[in-house]
Amino acid sequence: MQLKPGSRWKSAVCDAQLVVVRPPNAAGELQCGGAPVLPIDDASAPSGNVSADFAEGVMIGKRYTDEASGIEVLGAKAGKGSLAFNGVAMTVKGAKPLPASD
Amino acid sequence: MRTPLLLDIAADACSERPAVGGRADGMDFAAYRARASRVAAWLTGKGKANTAFLGMNGDALPVLLFASGMAGTPFVPLNYRLADADLNKLVARTAPAVLIADDDMLPRIVSVDGVELVARSDFEAEFLQGELPEPVLLDEAQNDTAVLLFTSGTTGEPKAAVLRHGNLTSYVMSTVEFLGAGEDEAALVSVPSYHIAGISAILTAAYGGRRIVYLPAFTAEDWVATAAREGITHAMVVPTMLDRILDVMAATGETLPALRALSYGGGKMPEPVIARALDMLPHVAFVNAYGLTETSSTIALLDAEDHRAAFASDDPAVRRRIASVGQPLPSVELEIRREDGSCCAPGEHGEIHVRGEQVSGEYLHKKAIADDGWFATNDAGWLDAGGYLFVEGRLDDVIVRGGENISPGEIEDVLRGFDDIADCAVLGIPCEKWGEKVVAVIVSRSGAPDTEAMAAMIKAKLRSTKTPEQWFLRKELPYNETGKLLRRILKAELADEVCAG
Repeated sequence: MQLKPGSRWKSAVCDAQLVVVRPPNAAGELQCGGAPVLPIDDASAPSGNVSADFAEGVMIGKRYTDEASGIEVLGAKAGKGSLAFNGVAMTVKGAKPLPASD
Repeated sequence: MRTPLLLDIAADACSERPAVGGRADGMDFAAYRARASRVAAWLTGKGKANTAFLGMNGDALPVLLFASGMAGTPFVPLNYRLADADLNKLVARTAPAVLIADDDMLPRIVSVDGVELVARSDFEAEFLQGELPEPVLLDEAQNDTAVLLFTSGTTGEPKAAVLRHGNLTSYVMSTVEFLGAGEDEAALVSVPSYHIAGISAILTAAYGGRRIVYLPAFTAEDWVATAAREGITHAMVVPTMLDRILDVMAATGETLPALRALSYGGGKMPEPVIARALDMLPHVAFVNAYGLTETSSTIALLDAEDHRAAFASDDPAVRRRIASVGQPLPSVELEIRREDGSCCAPGEHGEIHVRGEQVSGEYLHKKAIADDGWFATNDAGWLDAGGYLFVEGRLDDVIVRGGENISPGEIEDVLRGFDDIADCAVLGIPCEKWGEKVVAVIVSRSGAPDTEAMAAMIKAKLRSTKTPEQWFLRKELPYNETGKLLRRILKAELADEVCAG
């Protein structure tokens, strides 16, 4: 799984879509709803179940990070599954939005 | 990360949201992306390295910017206000390029090898009008230069600042919340395309999900009428624009109830103007932003809360922050440094240095950034004890009188405190005795300024060495169209007169 900045992914088990903002500092697996994510252009529709342990949802516009690896991901579409990197739940990055300046 | 991604994810998430243009005839995000992709395919077919643009603001501009990113051809907006000879020098430097130019500007361009001219009317007929085309799927382009912006060239030949996709997307993603704008929000863009704010406005609006509406060129009457008609909620203006906008509002009685946020930047805003604006637009949040072309736009800002706090405070240190540009963005590092490179203490004046992913600090064929990523802005400034940044203008404008560094900004601030001063500039003019001497150029409302009282005030508030030795009266001062005072022009005009004496 090449988690390059700007690469786009989708959940295998829900409607969530993701963009990698910062890559992890070591190889690993990005997961949503407990299942590995798929490249955005993968033709398959979401199937299977969102794992109960990873069901807090992805919100559009929020940023999610895993501190240990440094990976940062943007929620580009919302979904029911929540994100994990190598099985470790990612957390919402709480940044106060700045006012528009241009 | 590449700029077209910003449009892509917005178009996937909210394809039917209005994106560009008027309420009646604008494009939604799906149309925006589809049209840009057709243009990108056309540009790819042309096989030219760059995509240049010479023209007024309009819906073709954001489509071209994203199309250039998709095609991997750097977007090069040109300044139509340049004299023909200077303009044609820049045209030649864009080669090989496709140059889309307004029809009435085409005759100004001298044909040059490698530059293919396309009339804007033809371009718009082909790509912006008619039925919505199917989007074209293109392979991701490789060229990581997104935009080349020519600097104003006041110090010689204009330099082409290089803005990479990584700089611009980093700026956008660290300052804007993805689709953070409400569906009803609309930004009015009146800065020209060859200004960094004209570029960043396109990118931040797309990522934020905010519709953008263009004024072909700024007039205060059009600005107010368009803002009212289109329900504009956000806009960026340069200082010279705001005062004129307020005049038109006062004359027409328009109150712009939909307006929520006005940001200003690109020059020093006179305090009386911002005070008047706060008074006439009590429902609007004001933001003062500071940034450079080489930093992909904003690096520091004074937000609405800061404005209110400054105006409400009895503490002079807080009160004076209304003249600051606020605090650096969380995503950049900013330092004030002495000439020897060491860091200044709070309150100490030096050169503003900045570091961060949005900082390009690069020109074509010349990197201006240190190996450790720090960029010297060539702007003079200082930080107060609370970390608020005060910008005093270009380092080159600092007056060196008898070995003492004097900032024109603080003297001008004192002068602006006089009701009779409509505008002013303080300059250093070469002189044998001191190296440079301090002179003031003022625009007086009464036509009979009391320069003795002004000199006394400067002496009392600052010190005698900062008191202008000569005073010049002008009807107006020279500005470029983005509100920058043309100090060099003034200086050149005065140099002969002064040193003769």
